[in-house]
Amino acid sequence: MDIILEGIRQAFILLVTFDPEVLGITWFSLKVSGTATFISLFFGMSVGTVVALTQFPGRRFVVSLINTGMALPPVVVGLFVTIFLWRNGPLGFLEILYTPAAMILAQAIIATPIVTGISLASMQQLPKKLRLQILALGATRLQMVRILIREARLPLLAAVMAGFGGVISEVGASIMVGGNIKGYTRVLTTATVMETSRGNFDIAIALGIILLLFAYAINLVLTYVQQRERPR
Amino acid sequence: MKRKLASMILFAMLASLFVFPPAAAAQPAQKNVILATTTSTQDSGLLDVLIPLFEKKTGYFMKTIAVGSGQAMAMGAKGEADVLLVHSQTAEKKFMADGNGVERRLVMHNDYIILGPPADPAKIKGMKKASEAFKKIAASGSVFTSRGDNSGTHAKEKDIWKAAGVKYEGEKWYQQTGLGMGQTLAVAAEKKTYVLADRGTYLALKKGLGLDILVEGDGILLNIYHVIEVNPKKWPKVNFAGGKAFADFMVSKETQAIIKTFGIEKFGSPLFFPDAGKKEEALGL
Repeated sequence: MDIILEGIRQAFILLVTFDPEVLGITWFSLKVSGTATFISLFFGMSVGTVVALTQFPGRRFVVSLINTGMALPPVVVGLFVTIFLWRNGPLGFLEILYTPAAMILAQAIIATPIVTGISLASMQQLPKKLRLQILALGATRLQMVRILIREARLPLLAAVMAGFGGVISEVGASIMVGGNIKGYTRVLTTATVMETSRGNFDIAIALGIILLLFAYAINLVLTYVQQRERPR
Repeated sequence: MKRKLASMILFAMLASLFVFPPAAAAQPAQKNVILATTTSTQDSGLLDVLIPLFEKKTGYFMKTIAVGSGQAMAMGAKGEADVLLVHSQTAEKKFMADGNGVERRLVMHNDYIILGPPADPAKIKGMKKASEAFKKIAASGSVFTSRGDNSGTHAKEKDIWKAAGVKYEGEKWYQQTGLGMGQTLAVAAEKKTYVLADRGTYLALKKGLGLDILVEGDGILLNIYHVIEVNPKKWPKVNFAGGKAFADFMVSKETQAIIKTFGIEKFGSPLFFPDAGKKEEALGL
């Protein structure tokens, strides 16, 4: 129990003294996961919307794949991304293994199915008649999609939160493709793992608390946006 | 209003894309040196002292990947690392024999110790030979916690079991964690079992662990670190110049002097003993 109190004390000290290393790691974590989430939003929402609004053979199979992808283990993604990015691997010419770019790539791969799955579900739960109504009022297909996205914005924000939460908290892929290099690819989760194995449990707990605080702050803003207008 | 907020968030995310410092692109490719090393050199904090020095001195950018010795050598054997700092004798010799390395140079050593609960159910305290102690642990059926991760420590442990001539794999008293040294020590402490550890990690974690040193000082318990440059003839993409610069740096007088005193301040005794230029035999192997 003492160690947890000590960890909370440490977290407080690190935050109020603006410890440059912790601040750097935190800011870097937010940038990597934020960028990865953004990329996953682009792909996830497009694919989710298309699959939700169209009918094609094998659609159920595709949906089941997307839903399985939501459970994609980060460490498996990390392993495959590493193997592809190896110098002598198929994408070795990119020379991005053990760089922030590799971490963004891996995290985007992890977040995309999550965003896709939730987008798909939220677009699908809109009443079917709404689509007919919009089209009947003379909207083009593109206009219809835009209106539907507006209608589904509340669950779509949940997709953002789930995607971001998934990647900011994952450690397996980040440590494999980033390498936990000090001042370069170290994020809050990989630093926590390292401090734990160094026996610095108080600092590890402090980093965990800081991670939670930031995740909370971001979700608070998103929730605020989401809940401003309750659906009638 | 809500749309404004939502678009602001979207904008912030988009902006974060562009504020990213293109650190990777700014550095010429050959500036990057990948060091694959064992966790103990990182967890002890030694590399946190040495790497910035090396970077300042040479202008290289070091990418330290701390994994078990087994994985470090696997990375080297695939040409995915430029230089290795490892401690797994038998595997290193095979690595060199296979032509994966250019030169293998002695850097430093410390030693392994056999730890256990103060109650010492197998009665091994003070024994001189590690293999005899292992035999007694096995005979008493007391639980032994193993790293089980192909690390240098795990390799050493297997060597000792071999010397003891005991069947251990699959035995009920033999438990593998598959974790790093620090976490394995925590498991052993929690379950009050025997465990083999390197002294550096033990000293760093000793406080509140509740495990005692029961056997130490046997020749087989030496923990020797070598630095190896990966062979660029086998893997043309290897940054040989960078790897060699680091290897030279590790055996240089200045670095060896730092290794000699590292840890005294924090733990009361040094964690590693510098050995550059010595012959392995001089260490008592």
